[in-house]
Amino acid sequence: MIWAIALLLLLGVFFGITGNIGVLRFPDVFTRLHAAAKCSTTSVFSILLACMLLKGWDPMTWRILVIALFFLITSPVSAHIIGRSAWMRGLMPWGRKHRSW
Amino acid sequence: MNSTVILDAAIYCLMGVTVLSLVRVIIGPEPEDRMIGLNLTASQVLAILVLAAVKLDRAIFLDVALVYAILGFIGMLAIARSMWSREKST
Repeated sequence: MIWAIALLLLLGVFFGITGNIGVLRFPDVFTRLHAAAKCSTTSVFSILLACMLLKGWDPMTWRILVIALFFLITSPVSAHIIGRSAWMRGLMPWGRKHRSW
Repeated sequence: MNSTVILDAAIYCLMGVTVLSLVRVIIGPEPEDRMIGLNLTASQVLAILVLAAVKLDRAIFLDVALVYAILGFIGMLAIARSMWSREKST
């Protein structure tokens, strides 16, 4: 059991490092948004799953479950809002000369 | 292998990694870059709060984490809305 928890925490830290390097290194708003949204959802959800496995049948588990459900709903929504705001302001995607659609 | 050790390791790794997205908040050329950095910072602070709650066995930190997630989402909505209305008015 402790090895499953350690594996999930390691996965969460790995995805966190990957997402932050992507946010720091990618050339454009949309590519940075892709890295941030995907990696933050995966990393935070695996860390919350590790905490739920660690606590077992406890009142804290259900609160962590509520936090995980809320995060699973709101993280793609806020990423979509940021991308839509950038698209509506007329930012050019990386590697494109003109906006064709 | 103790569970406190791996929780401490995860907390310190996440705290070190969150600095990178704060760098993006500072140097981002567009306002959307700063919003991306703030969003990523908020989600990682949420993970750090949950890890601290599990490690210290304090259930009150989980309520703080939930309120932090709600406020981060509403703040992101408010920033996007204000930028959209400013773009419409000009």
